[in-house]
This record gives sequence, structure tokens and C-alpha cells, in this order.
Amino acid sequence: MLEIKNLHASVLDIDDSEILKGIDLKVGKGEVHAIMGPNGSGKSTLANVLMGRFDYVVTEGDVLIDGNSILKLRPDQRAHLGMFLAFQYPAEIPGVRPWQFLKAALDSKADANGEDKMSVRNFSKLFDEKIEAVGINPNLVKRSLNEGFSGGEKKRNEMLQLEVLQPSLAILDETDSGLDVDALRIVAEGVNSMRSPERSFVVVTHYQRLLNYITPDVVHILVKGKIVKTGGPELALEVEKDGYKQYMAEAEVNA
Amino acid sequence: MTTATLPAAVGKYSEAFASFAEANSDAPEWLKAVRSQAWATFSELGIPVKRRGNELWKYTDLRPLAALDFEHGIGGSVSLDEIKAAGPWDDAWDTVVVVDGVFSAELSNLQGTAGLTAGSLAEAISSGTGDIETQLASLAGREEYAFTALSTAFVDDGAYVAIADDADPATPIHVVFVTSNASGSRASYPRLLVDAGANTLAVIIETHINLAESAQLSLPVVEVFAKPGATVRHYRVQMENELSYHLGTIRVHQLDDSSFNSTTFAVGAVIARNDIHTQLDAPGASCTLHGLYMTSGTQQQDQEISTTHAKPHCTSKQFYKGILSGKSHAVFSGKVVVERDAQKSDATQKDLNLLLSRGAEIDAKPSLEIYADDVTAAHGATAGHVDRDTLFYLQSRGVDEEAAKAILIRGFAAEMLDEFKPKALYEFVERVTDERIPVLLAESDALGTA
Repeated sequence: MLEIKNLHASVLDIDDSEILKGIDLKVGKGEVHAIMGPNGSGKSTLANVLMGRFDYVVTEGDVLIDGNSILKLRPDQRAHLGMFLAFQYPAEIPGVRPWQFLKAALDSKADANGEDKMSVRNFSKLFDEKIEAVGINPNLVKRSLNEGFSGGEKKRNEMLQLEVLQPSLAILDETDSGLDVDALRIVAEGVNSMRSPERSFVVVTHYQRLLNYITPDVVHILVKGKIVKTGGPELALEVEKDGYKQYMAEAEVNA
Repeated sequence: MTTATLPAAVGKYSEAFASFAEANSDAPEWLKAVRSQAWATFSELGIPVKRRGNELWKYTDLRPLAALDFEHGIGGSVSLDEIKAAGPWDDAWDTVVVVDGVFSAELSNLQGTAGLTAGSLAEAISSGTGDIETQLASLAGREEYAFTALSTAFVDDGAYVAIADDADPATPIHVVFVTSNASGSRASYPRLLVDAGANTLAVIIETHINLAESAQLSLPVVEVFAKPGATVRHYRVQMENELSYHLGTIRVHQLDDSSFNSTTFAVGAVIARNDIHTQLDAPGASCTLHGLYMTSGTQQQDQEISTTHAKPHCTSKQFYKGILSGKSHAVFSGKVVVERDAQKSDATQKDLNLLLSRGAEIDAKPSLEIYADDVTAAHGATAGHVDRDTLFYLQSRGVDEEAAKAILIRGFAAEMLDEFKPKALYEFVERVTDERIPVLLAESDALGTA
């Protein structure tokens, strides 16, 4: 599904700003991978580079989806391939209603893939179902997108979009930050209910606690732009117990 | 004494004024006095082409206007279908149609609504309806302002709307000013007088449409009298053609606990100005002045918005939004004066702009002059671009950049569009906005994103 080969990335227009320093990673169909790391390790950058964010530049390596390089594709084209990024800080967009925006997103995807657009009637039905599934306040989604939403409401709204867009590869960029336990559980339930043999997840997180609710198949520890350790779910518990200190020391030695 | 040269362009209007005065020599004396006084003012001022040291026109170059010749008193014919196609329309509204400054009974749609007097201004003048003699040109036309003076010098017909005390017309009153599609460039002086009686609720939609294909000059003047407890909801839709000049004036006089809410939708003309002044002249009066302007090409839209708090416990709110592209230009000049007696005044001013191109320019100038000491006031203005983070967010959901920008522009406008409450009016401004966004986007560049 997703293959990352020796990926190096820097901040656009800033010299010596390399953040990702050679990442290799393979995520198979239906797998859930967690990427954990301390602050400044590059895990959020990785999530954003995968989606094609404008302010990073890939200087070396490649990213493949189903064997095809996506580095030349725009973010919207990556979305049409089935990629999705749940944002750490979803943008607040005054005047744009979630309904309207999600319909536009689905329409673009249908257009790009030569499929028929969903009728307004069918979309409304789908939207209402998903609102209930995610447990988002229906009044909220009548308002401007994310404007005045609490941290938890924004994350629920990301889950709503995930549910509606049904991506084949969902990347969650620290979706757990700023959430209380109830909201965390809702995010986790959203992800768990969407786990399927056809859908892969990359869950980027600083803390282990989200992984109490979402059991990953593989855990990677990212430190200073490199994956320093890969293991099973037990690796996350190790981090919870001992912190990132030992890995940071290893990264120093390897640098 | 140096050689006397006439102020700019006065000569271009003097012959027309002379023949107008002669043709109307049988007008009531008070009206003739109003006209000749206004003409005297205009002859001293001329078209304001001097920008240096002239705060009012510092950012607006009127030399192209001063160079043009306009004919007077020539009109063409207009059909109802053309009017309905060019502006908002609802059969349920009481509609007054004024073509090239002249009331048209044939095109108007008046349904005899209780408490409402609406129709020809000329008719109201000749029959001395209500307080017209003391009201007409008492707010606009006697000041030192070239365009109200010029317009008032030619005051003749237009629309007259009076709402009797305690009346509450359930439906909006729509006043449509049409420039017909006759040949050549013509000047017109659309005029509207609104007399809102005590404790009334009136919704007034003022629409300017232009069916001509050449440069026209329109100098509309609106005077609104809000008696104690009157609520006037005013909407203004400006849809001139892209070659025309539109310099409009609105003057509002408000008594105790009256409220005046005005929302402007300004998209037309090569140079347009909406000059509003509200005089909060008795305790408890409040006004809310809103507007959305969109400019492209080499258009210029000015919002010259001022409020005077003359008495205590009054509230004013100015809030405008602009979307600019191409090499267009907009001016927001918001002024609030709080006089010494006007304690407990509350005034806010806000102007937010979205600049889509390198060549677009906004001059935003909110200002407060406060002479009282117990006042709440706030003002602010911003000029921003389409936010790249937001754009990325939309793109990551599969929406391409152009469509994402269109969604964001539409979102920026939404808050103002929502102010247009009557349904048919909302649908009209929404449609025009949706049609306009691709034009704005076509003239945008990478600098419009930050």
C-alpha cells in the first residue's frame, strides 16, 4: 500500500533545515502503524510531507502508493488516490459549512476518478448517518467549519470527514493532542470501526495513551528524523514506561 | 485678483442646468431656491479632481470623470423583463421603478399596502405630501459636497416613500433606479426620500441597475428620516455597468430609539462611491452599517461611512468586507464623531479585506473623533490573502486549488451575504457573488495567497 524509501525532507527555502533524514517504512494493506517520537522528531513533518504540504521539499528518496510515486502529485490528487490526513490543528474556515465542503470534496474525487457524483439527497442521508456515528452535535455542523469548535469538536469533525471520505490510507497527525479521555475514546472508536482489510492507518502520536484504544500492528520510534526502532504494540508500552531518552541517546551515537 | 477659471467640469453642466431651470420655471419657489443654492455650491466646487490636501478624495482619481461629457434629460424605454433580469425582484414587494431619474407608474408594482405612501417624488413635491417641503434636500444637498450639490441642482423626480406612524408594512419596499439603454453617455440624478413615521418597521431595498453599454453618470441621493422608535432596514444593491460612474449619497437623520440598519452590495461601475452619513440625533438611536464590495479589473469602490453621535446612549456599528482582484482599488473611510454631550456612546468600526492579486489596493482608514469622556469605541481594519494553511486543508480533502480558493472566497463573503434577509434579495446577491468569484479568481495571482 504505502512504501517510503530513504525519505529526506527539508523546510522550503531554508538552508540546512533537513528534518527527515532517511526514512524507510512499509505499510501493508489493512495494517495500522503507529509512529511515536518526542517533540521535534519530525513525526508531524512526515505526516504532512506524505500529504504534499507546500512548505516542505523532498530532497531525496521516494514515496509510493501501490507501487507508484506520488511525490509529483498535488495534495488533492493524493486525496483522490485515497489518502487522508487528519490534522493536528484543523483550520478554522468561517463561512464554509462542513456539509458544503464535504460535498465539494466528494464531488472532486468522483470527477477525478471518472465516477458519478453523489446526489444531494444521497449525500444528505450519508452525512446524517455519519454525524450520528461520530457523535458530533448536528447544530455544530450547520455553522462555519471548525470556527468556534472546541479542540474535541474539531477532532470529531476530522473523524466525520474520515467517515464520509472513506480513504484507503488515513494518516492521523497527533489527533489525540488536546483531547480528554472521552474524546480520545471517540476518535479511537472511529478509527477502530473503520479498520478493514482494505484500509491502512498511520497514527502519529507523542503519547502511548491513544494506543490503549487503537491497537497498532507495528510501532515505529522516530527520533531526529530517523526511525530508530520498530516493533510490535509492546514497544509503545516500553515508551510509556521509560520515555524516549534511550532512543535519543542512540540517535546521538548514530548521527 | 487672478484670472477666474471655473472649477473642474462646471462648464460641462452649466448649459444643462440653465435649460433645466428654464423648463422648470413654474416649480414651487422653495424648490427653485433649493436648486439654485445647490447649483451655486457645485459651481464653486466643481468635480473634485484635486487630491492633495483633500481628505475626501485622496485615494480617488476623478479626472476621467471630469473629462467626460454627459447629456441630460434623454431617456430610453425599459421593459419589466429587463428589470427583473438585472436586479432582485419579488412580486410580493411594493416596487417603485424610476427610469433615468423619472418615476414610471407603468413599471411600478404598488399594492396599496396600509400605512404606506410610495410613488413619484415629483408628484409628492407638486402635491406637497407630508413634510416634503421641509425634508427634501435638508439632509443632503446643502452641504459642501460636490456630488450632492450637483444632484440636488437637478432634483426633479425619483421615489418618495412614507410610512405612517405605527405602521408595519409586512413586505419590503423596493425602489429600483434604472439607467435605460439609450445611446450616448447620460447623467442621471436618482433621488429617494424616506419618511419613516414613529414606531414603524420598514424594509427598503434600493437597487441600481444599468442597461446601457456605454459610460453613464449616476449621482443618487437618498434621505432617510427616522422618527422616534422607527426601525428602518435598508439594503442597497449597486449593479452599474463596468464603464459607469456611480457616486451615491445617503443621509440619515435619527430620532429617539430609532434604528437604521443598512447593508450594501457593491459590485458595479468603474468608479463607485457609497457615501453614508447617519446622524444619531436623539438618545437611544442606533445604526448598523454593513457592506460587501467586490472589485476586479481596474474598478474602484469607495465606502465613505460616517456617523455622528450627537446625543447620549446611542450605538453605531460599521462593518464592511471587500474582495479585490486584478488592478482594482477600494477605499474604506470610516468615521465616527462622538460629540461632547454624547455620553455612553458605543461605536465600532471594522473593515476586512481579501486581496487576491499583487495589483489590488485597499486604503482603509477607520477613524474616531471623541469629545465625550464616557464612551466605548473600537476600530480595526485588515487586508489579508487567501490563507495557505487553510488552502492545504481543503486540498488534502481532494478539492483542487481553484475550487478551494472559490470556497474560501465564498466563505469570506458569507457573513455579509447572510445580512440580506429578504429571500429574493439574498438569492440575487448570492447568485451575483457566485458568478463573480470566477472573475476575481481569473485575475488573482500567487501573491494573493499567503
